[in-house]
Amino acid sequence: MRCLSLNLNLNLNLQFNERGCTQGPKEDQHVFAVQVIQALSILKTKEVLVMPSFVMTEKCDGCKGQDKTACMYICPNDLMALDKERMKAYNQEPMYCWECYCCVKICPQQAMDVRGYSDFMPLGAASTPLRGTEDIMWTITYRDGRIKRFKYPTRTTPEGSIKAEEGFPAAKAADLNNEFILGEPSIMGVTELSTIKK
Amino acid sequence: MSDIPTEVIETDVLILGGGMAGCGAAVEAAYWAKALGMRVTLVEKAAIDRSGPVAMGLSAINTYMGLDGKVTQNQSTPARYAEYVTNDQMGLARQDLVFDVGRHVDSSVKLFEKWGLPIWKDEAGNYKKSGEWQVMISGESYKIIVAEAAKNALGSLGDKGQLIERVYITHLLKDEKEPDRVCGAVGFSVREDKFYVFKGKVVICILGGAVHVFRPRSQGEGFGRSWMPPWLGGSTYALTLQAGGELTQMDVTFVPPRFKDSYGPVGTFFLLFKTPATNAYDEAYVGGYDSETSKWAPYAKAKPCPTPVRNYEMILCSKEGKTPFLMHTNRVVDRYKKEITDPKELKKKIREYESEAWEDFLDMTIAGATNWAAHNIDPLEKPMELQLSDSVFIGSHASSTGAWVCGAEDLMPAEYKDAFPVKYNLMTTVKGLFTSGCGVGACAHKFSSGSHAQGRICAKSAVRFANDNKDYTPTVSDATISKLKEIVFRPLSLFREKYAFTTSTDVNPNFISPNGFLFRLQKIMGEYAGGWETLYGTNDKMLEAAIWKLAFCGEDTEKIGAKNLHELMRAWEAIHRYWVGESCVRTRLARKESRWPGYYYKFDYLKLDEGQKHFVNVKYDADKKEWKVIERPMVPIV
Repeated sequence: MRCLSLNLNLNLNLQFNERGCTQGPKEDQHVFAVQVIQALSILKTKEVLVMPSFVMTEKCDGCKGQDKTACMYICPNDLMALDKERMKAYNQEPMYCWECYCCVKICPQQAMDVRGYSDFMPLGAASTPLRGTEDIMWTITYRDGRIKRFKYPTRTTPEGSIKAEEGFPAAKAADLNNEFILGEPSIMGVTELSTIKK
Repeated sequence: MSDIPTEVIETDVLILGGGMAGCGAAVEAAYWAKALGMRVTLVEKAAIDRSGPVAMGLSAINTYMGLDGKVTQNQSTPARYAEYVTNDQMGLARQDLVFDVGRHVDSSVKLFEKWGLPIWKDEAGNYKKSGEWQVMISGESYKIIVAEAAKNALGSLGDKGQLIERVYITHLLKDEKEPDRVCGAVGFSVREDKFYVFKGKVVICILGGAVHVFRPRSQGEGFGRSWMPPWLGGSTYALTLQAGGELTQMDVTFVPPRFKDSYGPVGTFFLLFKTPATNAYDEAYVGGYDSETSKWAPYAKAKPCPTPVRNYEMILCSKEGKTPFLMHTNRVVDRYKKEITDPKELKKKIREYESEAWEDFLDMTIAGATNWAAHNIDPLEKPMELQLSDSVFIGSHASSTGAWVCGAEDLMPAEYKDAFPVKYNLMTTVKGLFTSGCGVGACAHKFSSGSHAQGRICAKSAVRFANDNKDYTPTVSDATISKLKEIVFRPLSLFREKYAFTTSTDVNPNFISPNGFLFRLQKIMGEYAGGWETLYGTNDKMLEAAIWKLAFCGEDTEKIGAKNLHELMRAWEAIHRYWVGESCVRTRLARKESRWPGYYYKFDYLKLDEGQKHFVNVKYDADKKEWKVIERPMVPIV
């Protein structure tokens, strides 16, 4: 499995070389750089972590010696662990990975990616996100080398700006017994709640 | 394990779980608690920014009425919603609960938009609906947005608001002066040696549904690609059962028809893009088995056809040997080519379709996108396979597992009142224990928005309960706490005590690993209780065999060894899953018909029997170690 992965990255490297690394749109150059770094890191290292979500050895800095890395903080299934000797994060239990990419999106070093489940995905494809504060850009790399790019909005307000109760009157104890919850009924554009005549 | 420190946290409103319902509950509880000077504590096993089933994101909000009329199509009402849900669930739904979700759900969606969730709209500003109930969104950050609101709301309480992450809840606490009342919970940190004891005036247990009780189809790396995320361990159901609460419809698991293996969503392809699906011989399997499915009339004859009947068509087609099924994403392009003559318009439409199709996957099932690319499939050019996936326990999708709960005062039929010691909306049959989201049974089709709204309804009701019990203080003895602590850490102590007996920590006659235990549970459930292994079929003899074998699992819950805190979490997830499995098997055994044939059917009762149009509930008596089956009537309100 490791050998295949190595060959694959070299192939990608070759394809990008043929296209030229310093020409073309900026995004191409970025993807090229990412792929080269991936390929080099695999060449340089004996131990490569190959699994659904994986960490690139050269790029991971263990979140600079904090006791908890960003990927450990976010993984919904507690899969990411930190090898404190090497200061590298790793997926401690790949068979429980949902490929949700939460680790990939949050990694400050862009040291993480996902290699599709070996149970059913032929090698060589990748969905690579670049998540900003208001949108996300995806680069889809096909097994046969085709590339597709998509960009989608993610939120319309600044990060950290949400104040749940803002704009609504403060709760009053006397209203505990009615059926209205925060913002109702006006937020729904109605004046009363439906009910059933018994 | 006596060296592990214990931290006791006293609060008023204790919320267990920070998924969609939990985050909704936090916002609402904080709002009302502020007026009353109450404390609110939310406990979550992961980080609420990305926890629960919406962690990856979502591409649609699946429940929205459009009460204000500002929708592109299908403005609806709570009454129509209750009718729809009832028919989809083959005549059985708690219409009072469904109606309640329907009359509140729009307010959660409006809050999401205010907080920053991008909702698709037409030029006039109307929400873009893709079906009767669905609103399209760009939902990559859906959970982050909802969690930010919850964090902010808890933060606004100052010292009285608390968020505790990476703590796994194992048990609920019962009051020792009032044994039928829940007054807290215990658990452990998955990150440091620490035992947690939470005490509260009221407990909202919303720890989600359950996957991995039945065996997933992929069993290598793909084990984790259950359709619902693998971190859903069924704690809501297990904890409610152990506290003496009544569960309903634990047989009505959901079997999602999805893009094969990667489980990419199909809803948008069917509803928005009107994508045709066929069997391997290019025949439409939808509507292709009317002579058989008409036995499930009147439900099967209604429009839209119920999800379990549509699934059953796929089962019948599979039995005929006409798979693989194909979703012809390419034929949408063919249709556009016929419909649109202007080349520029056509090009624009195709580009829009491509972007929206990929977004549907990338927002919520990225593996689906990678799977296209890995197989060199461009959805504009080639079809992709469909398949029925693994059975899951989810009370918020097109299925009904969960607790039997009290309804709203103005909606709940009188026939249901006796089950509840005191009457508060969304309280279980146990005093002081509330739930919502996947925890509420017989109340399908809430989805993300309905779960959030129900979490809010529940929290207001729970605050009211706490306020009505202002002077109440939980009574839990130190002896109980130390006994629970010993039980919680037993997998760790067992491992430490016995591991040196063999040369490998993986095989030891004194304990089994959490995974070893889980695989045994999944094998029993899959092979006897109606998993994909038998094409979702079972019978009473198979279910009796399952119960016999599950009893050994029950005993072996005390024989699980855990190497570290991470495995300790897996051990408790496996134990909670065992309880979910047992409740499912007992319910399936009690029901002598096949009401939801596409979710599971019984070879020995392969028919719909309207004489059994009632809810089948189960509860467990922890003192007597006895299971009890209870029938509850179906009382329509719309």
